[in-house]
Amino acid sequence: MSAPQRATMRSLDPRVTRLQIPEELSEFHPKPPADEWEPYEVFWKEKPGDQPIHVGTVHAPNAEMALVFAKENYCRRGRTYALWVVRTADIYTFGPEDVDIFATTPEKTYREPDAYKVVQKLLRLKRRHHSSQEAHEA
Amino acid sequence: MYGNLSIVEPLVGVEQEDPEKLAEFEERIARGEKIEPTDWMPREYRRQVLRMVEQHAHSEIIGALPEGTWITRAPGFKRKLALMAKVQDEVGHAQLLYSAAETLGKPREQMVNDLLSGKAKYSNVFNYPALTWADTAIIAWLIDAGAIINQTLNSKGSYGPYARALERICKEEAFHLKYGYDNVVTLASGTKRQRQMLQEALNRWWKPIMHFFGPPDNMSVHSQKLLRWKVKMASNDEMRQMFLDAYVPKIWELGLTIPDPKLRKNPETGKWEYSDPDWDEFWRVINGNGPCNRERLAVRRMADEMGAWVRRALLKPEKQYVAPLF
Repeated sequence: MSAPQRATMRSLDPRVTRLQIPEELSEFHPKPPADEWEPYEVFWKEKPGDQPIHVGTVHAPNAEMALVFAKENYCRRGRTYALWVVRTADIYTFGPEDVDIFATTPEKTYREPDAYKVVQKLLRLKRRHHSSQEAHEA
Repeated sequence: MYGNLSIVEPLVGVEQEDPEKLAEFEERIARGEKIEPTDWMPREYRRQVLRMVEQHAHSEIIGALPEGTWITRAPGFKRKLALMAKVQDEVGHAQLLYSAAETLGKPREQMVNDLLSGKAKYSNVFNYPALTWADTAIIAWLIDAGAIINQTLNSKGSYGPYARALERICKEEAFHLKYGYDNVVTLASGTKRQRQMLQEALNRWWKPIMHFFGPPDNMSVHSQKLLRWKVKMASNDEMRQMFLDAYVPKIWELGLTIPDPKLRKNPETGKWEYSDPDWDEFWRVINGNGPCNRERLAVRRMADEMGAWVRRALLKPEKQYVAPLF
């Protein structure tokens, strides 16, 4: 005796009809943790000579798959010269509580070329030099 | 393809936030700074942005289904290639958006669970069927046009990861729009039957298109706050007006008619007037009772179940989940 035929979904999309999805919605089973794998960060370089830039993330079970997904997600248009992936978990960075360590950097203006007004000093020097020369000649 | 905080949810608990931090946060946004995942943000900002980005991600992944309907029967190989590329783009957009949403603290599994269980919402338009090839042309042209208006505005929003994802998405949507327009113009310049097919598709899609930007939000206190936080960049009605301004003339230019006898631009106010787009239907469909809600959910669930063995075979259970940095 064959099993009773279950009604399956008929769709405008022949691919969906072929799936023979039961008319009754199947029971929902929540995904286990990490079912969508772990994140990788994606870095991309458009052409030789460019700096690589961070373009986003993908989820993948390993680095090889991450690279494949990164290509599909981030290299869909235009040029690509290089593509890198790295596990997000392997990136070591300052925690949010430490971001203020950079706060005083812009204040250290003595490390900026703009902090040095050489031209004015030089003009002063020249003026003085000139007048002392005149005095000497006189 | 589409994401919008089209239904404004009341903001709760903002008055319980530390007033000093809140003021600093609002000043940063007013200065045009972006908010990044590890920055302090009001809980309500986190919740509203997460809800918006997550709904957008779900919309992209479900949005691939109505258009995918015609991949096997696309008229000609070039159009088949283009349609496949467009549908792939949409699925890719979902990936970008899930990653952006995750930075706000909700793991991807939970988001997919909410979609598959039927709890999560996605854009209402995808609960309607693409009955003919002309329907896919109308979707690609006008739904994507609406999406571009929404996403271009939102790419100037305050949440960094979402804004960056949208910039990339908008570049790809530009192809969708042009591809859709090309298909519409081809049909409009075709035989009498092709023109009729196009007109009928437009008639079917006009109501969902009017629903697309969401119900009028009447600039409530909540939407004012969301505008100030640059979570929402324009009111639903403002976006609807932008869309009508840009596309009604283009539709008329093709000799098509719009199935709304009241549609006209009031020369005094400069605003479009239209019939009530039937917001009861909008609510009925978004709450699960549209023509395709059940099929969309069933197909998504089936796809997830069919891929489960692959995901599990490759899973390394010792790996610990971390949120992406973006």
